[in-house]
Amino acid sequence: MRKILVKGKTQGKILKSENPINFLGSVDKKTSVISDAHHDLFKKSLKNSILVFPSGVGSSVGAYTIYSIKSNNSAPLAMVCQKVDLTVATGCALANIPLITVTDKEFSSLKTGMEVLLDTESPNPITFLE
Amino acid sequence: MELTKEEESALKGEQGEIMEMAYRILVATGEATDAEKLIPIEWAHLSGVNYNTIGDAGEEFLASISKDARVKVKTSLNPMGFDIDNVSSYNLDDNFISKQLSIKQSYEKMGVIPSFSCIPYEIFDIPQEGTQVSFAESNAAIHANSFDNLKTNKESAFSALASALTGKSPYSSLRKEESSKLTIRMKVENPSELTYGMLGFFAGKVGNESVNISGIGKMDRRSCKSLCGGMGTSGTCAKFNFNEDDSESEVVDFDEKEMNEVYDQLNTAEKGDLITLGSPQLGLEEISDLTTKLKGRSFKKRCMIFCPRAVKEQATKLGHVGKLEKAGCEILSDCCTCLTPLIKKDEVDAVTTNSIKGAYYLKNSNGVDVNLKSLSQIIEDETK
Repeated sequence: MRKILVKGKTQGKILKSENPINFLGSVDKKTSVISDAHHDLFKKSLKNSILVFPSGVGSSVGAYTIYSIKSNNSAPLAMVCQKVDLTVATGCALANIPLITVTDKEFSSLKTGMEVLLDTESPNPITFLE
Repeated sequence: MELTKEEESALKGEQGEIMEMAYRILVATGEATDAEKLIPIEWAHLSGVNYNTIGDAGEEFLASISKDARVKVKTSLNPMGFDIDNVSSYNLDDNFISKQLSIKQSYEKMGVIPSFSCIPYEIFDIPQEGTQVSFAESNAAIHANSFDNLKTNKESAFSALASALTGKSPYSSLRKEESSKLTIRMKVENPSELTYGMLGFFAGKVGNESVNISGIGKMDRRSCKSLCGGMGTSGTCAKFNFNEDDSESEVVDFDEKEMNEVYDQLNTAEKGDLITLGSPQLGLEEISDLTTKLKGRSFKKRCMIFCPRAVKEQATKLGHVGKLEKAGCEILSDCCTCLTPLIKKDEVDAVTTNSIKGAYYLKNSNGVDVNLKSLSQIIEDETK
């Protein structure tokens, strides 16, 4: 389902994860590098990406991690989820990172490396560039 | 979600950065929970206090916003990591203590009542029936909805903070009158508070927003708290109903078999090196009852008792604290078993407790094993 959780406009490259993300447990608070060896983004930094992932999981304190990576200038430019959860929703709200959810079909059309324009005010929030 | 003109203006940043952030949080929470509008609340209770849980990011965030942010409604606060009166006996490092004190100071600067308690429903006067509040601590939210005739979402640390700063909260489904889709039939006979904790844990796993319980009988305060603590630990449910008529809902049984499954999941040791009582923290009634139950007997090992500062002060005046200390108890205010930095796995192998919530976090966060027993069993086995 499409929802606009946190408004904003930005442009960048997609970094997509097929796994949910536990921000408290597996994202470095300073560098935003994924530390979980079982995760498909293992050793990758979330910095300046349009982060696409199914949903957040784990403790609600993970919202502070999102705030922390933003304060350390290593946060994603925006996040796109399949399903909303309160940790990611309130974390992005706190850190002012645009956040939307998309339909399952839209989710599968988004691939790592694609350059997109994300604008929550537009009827089509994601525009593919190139 | 529909916003009023004033709320829109705050969201656009016309009322300053703090209000803009608070409304962003409320809108994101409201959209996530399909609320159609914001409504006024009269009381907020915040979690996100213990440095063990919020870490440096939390400490820095609070220090930064507390320069300008002030709460608009009565706002109480969850426990922190230690009791400043006796912290020197617990071998905590200086960094922990200074970061924790900074967190305390930030909340006080914002106008929050430094109650450091997970049982606000027991130490503050309860507002009139149906009052809308925003409680982030899960056992407190469930207790407020189920036993105190108040209405709250199961808030996150941030949605409750945003409610405190704006006096508003999303009108999510838990705030409306809706009946539970699921009933649990309580079949276990002669339940103790531990049984009710396990029932709560089971309910949190199988239920969604609210759960109806039939066949529960009369519970004392200790059992009610244990039930709420158990449910808050295992799931996202935030309300119990107690209707005997379960004809309109799906029904599952809670019998010896279901109880034993919860017990086997959470009980990981035959005996403990020390005992903890509290999570939720003990109220005056429980402390007074414990003094009576001990009848002059003493604990054979360390027994840590967690309670709010206000309760410890009253219990001291009434002579209970003196008696309990004589019986070998350490009485700590402002903190709790849950996510305590005072119990470390290199010093302790296993803890005995009657708290399901405490058991879960001791095992999963502190990494120590847990021996679960009811209070009466603890007194029988562990005192002389």
